[in-house]
Amino acid sequence: MTEYTEKIREISKKLLIDKSVDLIIGFRKGTVPMMNEPCFIKHPDEVGRLVWDSHCGINLANYLPNRKERIGILAKGCDSRNIAIHIVENKIKRNQIKIIGIPCRGMLDKRKIASSVSGEIVEAVEDKATVKVSGNGFSTSFDKQEMLQENCKVCKHRNPVIYDELVAEPVPEQQDVDPYEDVRRIEGLSDSEKRKFFEDLISECIRCYACRNACPLCYCPTCFVDESRPQWVGKSIEPTDTLTFHFLRAYHCAGRCTDCGACERACPVGIRVRQFTKKLNKDCFDLYGWEAGLTIDERPPLDTYRPQDPNDFIK
Amino acid sequence: MEQIGIEPGRLQFSWISSAEATKFVDVVKTITEVIRGLGPNQHFVKRLPKVA
Repeated sequence: MTEYTEKIREISKKLLIDKSVDLIIGFRKGTVPMMNEPCFIKHPDEVGRLVWDSHCGINLANYLPNRKERIGILAKGCDSRNIAIHIVENKIKRNQIKIIGIPCRGMLDKRKIASSVSGEIVEAVEDKATVKVSGNGFSTSFDKQEMLQENCKVCKHRNPVIYDELVAEPVPEQQDVDPYEDVRRIEGLSDSEKRKFFEDLISECIRCYACRNACPLCYCPTCFVDESRPQWVGKSIEPTDTLTFHFLRAYHCAGRCTDCGACERACPVGIRVRQFTKKLNKDCFDLYGWEAGLTIDERPPLDTYRPQDPNDFIK
Repeated sequence: MEQIGIEPGRLQFSWISSAEATKFVDVVKTITEVIRGLGPNQHFVKRLPKVA
């Protein structure tokens, strides 16, 4: 995907020069390998800092809510869906943004790569199919397909759903993937096994809220976990408090989550946070045939009433 | 909620109008029976003393 970089710079430069946007939100090279940083470009001369490769997993839609400027933003499939959600939820206006669509082939799981080599990675170079990481005394190549983020492996919307410019031809969508295989496995467990599963899952959690901060959906001025009057959820790392935080956060994302994987990517202790949101994604799909962020013309199912809405749960 | 291990039946939803006193009584009775069957909730109970 590195070949996108030139095209991205070209489009960004054009947008900035003809003053159709005030700033571009994109990525620049990070200070450590496999970690690109989001950056804001305001001047046409600065577009040379923009880069694109397989380490641009952060969801840039997170920077949009309530912005007043006219913005050019780079968007992968998932980012574009989150932008669509922001538009539907009135966090940004459609005519305020220029979406530079990026057909995505999946982002790499930096943790998986790091744990597959011994020693610290100081350089990562990629070509079309492989990524080569090297450090002190080692140099290993990996097949990119093998090292994709978990959510990218099962992604069915790699191409942006809304865009103004497209940096390359759309990529083929993955057809034969089952995004909810793991959710079904958990559904099949007994109550106590489920409990055990989720308690084990969050046992490492340090309540840093990085998952919330990285999530484009979490834009409330004051998050329920930060409120102290009333205090909705305890602030300790007691398992009950932690579990409450995680599943309540997931509920707030119900019918809105695009499975972009930002939460998992941000988690410093590697919790598979998506196990919470995915169940709700699956329910939304099963009950309402809904996948979040595919259109800006329809309200989400949890926001609308239809007489045929399923209501078997009401006794 | 059931996905994270709450027993089916412990959480129930019902729609009762303010005029439906008898329905309210019925629902409370049924739910009480179900919950009695399930026993005290062991999940989502804090073991640490409350500090904050």
